[in-house]
Amino acid sequence: MSMTYQLSHLAALESEAVHIVREVVAEFERPALLFSGGKDSAVLLHVAAKACWPQRIPFPLVHVDTGHNFPEVIDFRDEQVARRGTRLIVGSVQEDIDRGAIVEQPVPGATRNRLQTFTLLRVLEEGRFDAVFGGGRRDEEKARAKERVFSLRDEFGQWNPRAQRPELWNLFNTKRQLGEHFRVFPLSNWTELDVWQYIESEEIPLPAIYFAHRRQVFRRGGMLLAVGPFTQPRDGHPDEEPFEATVRYRTVGDMTCTAAVESPASSPREVIAETAVTRVSERGATRADDRFSEASMEDRKREGYF
Amino acid sequence: MELLRFATAGSVDDGKSTLIGRLLYDSKQVFEDQLEAVERSSMARGDEYVNLALLTDGLRAEREQGITIDVAYRYFATPKRKFIIADTPGHTQHTRNMVTGCSTSDLVVLLVDARNGPTEQTRRHATVASLLGIRHLVLCVNKMDLVDYDRARFESIRREFDNFTTRLEVHDVTCIPISALVGDNIVDRSLEMKWYDGPALLHHLEEVHISSDRNLIDLRFPVQWVIRPMSAGGLHDFRGYAGQIASGVLEVGDEIAVMPSGFTSTVEAIETADGPVEEAFPPQSVVVRLADDLDISRGDMICRVHNRPFVSQDLSAMVCWMSERPLAAGAKVVLKHTTRWSRALVREVRYRLDVNTLHRDQESRELALNDIGRVELRTQSPLFYDEYRVNRATGSFILVDETSNATVGAGMLLRHAH
Repeated sequence: MSMTYQLSHLAALESEAVHIVREVVAEFERPALLFSGGKDSAVLLHVAAKACWPQRIPFPLVHVDTGHNFPEVIDFRDEQVARRGTRLIVGSVQEDIDRGAIVEQPVPGATRNRLQTFTLLRVLEEGRFDAVFGGGRRDEEKARAKERVFSLRDEFGQWNPRAQRPELWNLFNTKRQLGEHFRVFPLSNWTELDVWQYIESEEIPLPAIYFAHRRQVFRRGGMLLAVGPFTQPRDGHPDEEPFEATVRYRTVGDMTCTAAVESPASSPREVIAETAVTRVSERGATRADDRFSEASMEDRKREGYF
Repeated sequence: MELLRFATAGSVDDGKSTLIGRLLYDSKQVFEDQLEAVERSSMARGDEYVNLALLTDGLRAEREQGITIDVAYRYFATPKRKFIIADTPGHTQHTRNMVTGCSTSDLVVLLVDARNGPTEQTRRHATVASLLGIRHLVLCVNKMDLVDYDRARFESIRREFDNFTTRLEVHDVTCIPISALVGDNIVDRSLEMKWYDGPALLHHLEEVHISSDRNLIDLRFPVQWVIRPMSAGGLHDFRGYAGQIASGVLEVGDEIAVMPSGFTSTVEAIETADGPVEEAFPPQSVVVRLADDLDISRGDMICRVHNRPFVSQDLSAMVCWMSERPLAAGAKVVLKHTTRWSRALVREVRYRLDVNTLHRDQESRELALNDIGRVELRTQSPLFYDEYRVNRATGSFILVDETSNATVGAGMLLRHAH
């Protein structure tokens, strides 16, 4: 292809993401990368390592641990940290609950999705980070479609969608006041399919739960939840009868609000084949947190969520 | 698979959101849960049909007011191409959004209502697209179903638009009669308009030739970040210049010059995390190593010895102003151009361009929000630049307010400063 000087769409997206990472490394003093162990953050970490090559990644990874994580994801996180030789900072939602900084809803298995915003903002403030990479993509959700690549957060960590700076060409305005920080999204222009195609072509490792495995599950509100320490069928709900199924996860978040899909796909190639014909969006299929209201993502982003 | 980025523009009622909803829906990019959410919202609003516009109107304020207030990005793919849409709102006061959307686009899709024909807004959008260096314009004459698919109506709109665009610098103009609501000529050729022998919109987007739009002649490599991994074992002599090729083709062995020092050297290697390459072209991100140890830092530019950019502190540019507070002579701003920041003084607002008539209003000494005009600037340090019309990457800059840090202007450099 080099005779015509054409880049494939994946090469073009990677080059754009590398440019964004380097722009941050060059213009900010204290960057960090939010690493959840999910596939988007695995891709983000891979791209960041390529952008910094042959140097090591010169900034720490930040993980907000809700205490409700899949053990496979925590293992994967620790492997990646060891392999990249970078520093990991863990913000524990459980510790913030234990010391009374935040109050959990008194419901068994209540989601900690909203609570983690507090812990995230605390860790960012303590680390005095001025730019925090996230793996968010604009195709995920309608409110995200308008998010900037360099998204300014005020001194309370909050997003104001009405006061966003226009982004022109690839000239990013990185100027900020004291106390403000940026959330930076190098994968903004990637779709779920692009992410999977990239995972396949770059052979990026992922937590095992992304691929088909047998698991005890039950149905609730049209979604398949794992039977586990945080989610169990409720008494008096015969429709929540558990059964074993071959499932995989399309996103990995808090175990209380992340659902599985029935799927035999056991490799990136098989996941791509499924993704190309799937009829339900990634968040719609598997994230109870986005179902509360039509504007739920917008509300959470305003509060400081990623 | 190739990537095509395009912007869409049109008045509030031209059906732009419906068109995008239709492209996503017909190319099967809309998921069932998203469609169900839209169906629920449509019913709640009392719409008679599934309102595809609701697929794209993302923020709550927009859904409530029924307008789009900001640029939104949408994605879809066909087996031939991946598409990124910059969906820009059509209101007069949002010219800045149009400028933003066009700045990263290869092509612009404009919509007009077949009952009204081109409006002042259509002409403004075409002018903005032309100023932003867009090479391909598509005029979708929408709502053909409401004019009984009348050929004469379409031809007269096409003539009127062609008469206007001959005065612009866009040479590839395509007009397509469509109905976004019903789906005529979007993905498939319409059965209602047998008289139309051109392509359906999606076919045109898949086939339009964009690869020759890039500048592959003038090598420009703005240094983004100097990589010197002092600590790592065996790499302590490594010194590489990381950046994205802005234009031209860089090859190993090339003799290059570095701006601003003017020092020359030879390209020893072009490296990437995947291994070395023999040549690099836009928009590749690479690491360049030179044969000589030169003092090079972020903001410098690598070019060819006999093909160098302009170097000047005195600049002439067309500027789109994006702030409530007008721009006038004497203003001090911060400017970002390639990987370089510089303070800048506005010496003169030479004229304001009337984007409806292309008239140059020499009496105007100010640019108000959403105005476009010619501005003379002096920067604190020299820029290495090219004329925007021959090089978008090295001919563009943004202006930032020194106190609020807001992005207040977008600039396109002209050849000569006076």
